[in-house]
Amino acid sequence: MARLTRLQLISFRNFALADWEIAQAPVVVHGRNGAGKTSLLEAISLLVPGRGLRGARLSELARRAGGQASEGWGISGWFDAPGRSFTVSTGIRPDAPRQRCFLIDNEPAAKQTEIADLLSCVWLTPQMEGLFLEPASGRRRFLDRLVATLEPGFARLLASHGQLLAERVRLLRLGMAEPAWLAALEDQLARKSVAIAAMRLDYSLTLNAALAALPAPFPRAHLRLACPLAERLAQAPALSVEAGLREALSAGRAHDRETGTTNAGVNQADIDLLDTEHDRGAAQASTGERKALLVSVMLGQASVLRRHRAAAPLLLLDEPMTHLDAARREALAETLLAYDGQAFLTGTDQDQFRGLGGRCGMIALAG
Amino acid sequence: MGGPEIEQLIGQFARLPGLGPRSARRAVLRLLQQPEARLAPLIRALEAAAKTTRVCGLCGNLDSVDPCSLCRDPRRETGLICVVETVADLWALERAGVHRGRYHVLGGVLSALAGTTPETLNLTPLLSRLSGGEVREIVLALPVTVDGATTAHFLSERLREFGVVITQLSQGVPMGGSLETLDEGTLAAALRTRRAV
Ligand SMILES: [Zn+2]
Repeated sequence: MARLTRLQLISFRNFALADWEIAQAPVVVHGRNGAGKTSLLEAISLLVPGRGLRGARLSELARRAGGQASEGWGISGWFDAPGRSFTVSTGIRPDAPRQRCFLIDNEPAAKQTEIADLLSCVWLTPQMEGLFLEPASGRRRFLDRLVATLEPGFARLLASHGQLLAERVRLLRLGMAEPAWLAALEDQLARKSVAIAAMRLDYSLTLNAALAALPAPFPRAHLRLACPLAERLAQAPALSVEAGLREALSAGRAHDRETGTTNAGVNQADIDLLDTEHDRGAAQASTGERKALLVSVMLGQASVLRRHRAAAPLLLLDEPMTHLDAARREALAETLLAYDGQAFLTGTDQDQFRGLGGRCGMIALAG
Repeated sequence: MGGPEIEQLIGQFARLPGLGPRSARRAVLRLLQQPEARLAPLIRALEAAAKTTRVCGLCGNLDSVDPCSLCRDPRRETGLICVVETVADLWALERAGVHRGRYHVLGGVLSALAGTTPETLNLTPLLSRLSGGEVREIVLALPVTVDGATTAHFLSERLREFGVVITQLSQGVPMGGSLETLDEGTLAAALRTRRAV
């Protein structure tokens, strides 16, 4: 397990230069609104490849002063792990503004998956509480991020799938009668879609096994994957599901040309979080119950990662105590104190962290 | 710094692959400081290359003769054609010395988003080479990207009627990991002049 011992930010978000030594875990980050609590968690989340816990674009990350964005920015983390210490850095160099770079021990990382082998993060944000009242696309992104943390190749698979979708819609809209070209795109789409559906399905089974083992008082959460492709995979061999999807894509060309969408494949999937005790979906749950379900998923994901990647992930919890009742705050504090990885929590009200009983590190942000 | 002519020259150099504004400036300075030793021979070489270079009507290679010297070489297998995206790929394979047959340069890979269509590819000469009946095998050596895979799939479909064997270079990259090479390449380029943040 890698433990963050020092974090340095340069020209990142609202930090010109910041440097923290981190001696204890868990770490409570407190300060008033706008002080940069979430940005600090975001910085840690960006040490692993991906868009971080805000899903931000590169252009949003540089510090702005006087209406001018800084040309470069950087985040460095110093880690202690059993048998080795290492640093991971990421950022933008002023001479290569469009490419985020990654360094391990100050040497360029040959592959981003090298970092995934060293570090993983699980996060919980207040935005997730709205996911179950919004369109399905947000929930798919939520699921896909969980899968990608466990399976580093998954992000690349999703990216090429997205490129194929865009190519096909563009080709349909151009109205070019080139059946071999469309067939080439649809063949690849079918294979990648089935691979994505299978990985999402596998993941949901793995996560649900971990969720069933969580101790009370966290709700017995269950992730329900509603995906026509995954359902077919449970009944037929992958090759025949692929063939079926190829046919559906081919038959849907006229429709997809009109609408600019793709009416078959992985984008039909949706998820729900069920509280198995009350047999209720997350959309029907109260704000407090929904928050508790999300905390369960986060703890379940941490246990999956610990088992399958042999390291406890860093937990980044933005406002975790808000909306939780007293018993669950207490239980979450106990869980985090016993956690064999490192947790970072934010909050405006120090009173929320009474359960930690002062057995935690503190970072106070003045803003 | 220099006059408009010098700045224009630097601008031309900076547009070449592998040269940034800084290295373009250095190259131009070197040329202008040694007009006899460097500049004059370069002008002569540019003129000669511009006058003689043509695109091979058979394979799309660049050479001073058409058909190119590879297409004329009697020791090369005529029944085996390796299809590549660019002349640079052809030259890279030649330097590696791994292919004993002929080549065909497509000049791109299919991409609806980038506007590269079958019509803009150098496809018709390939089809007429195949209709000669001498070719028995096509090796597709296209980039391991989404567009490269689409083009390979498209070609194997379009070339089926000629009854030739169609093979693909073994890349050692699994399907679904097709963007990997591209990402590593761009990342490596961005990190070449790295500095710790
Ligand atoms: Zn030739």
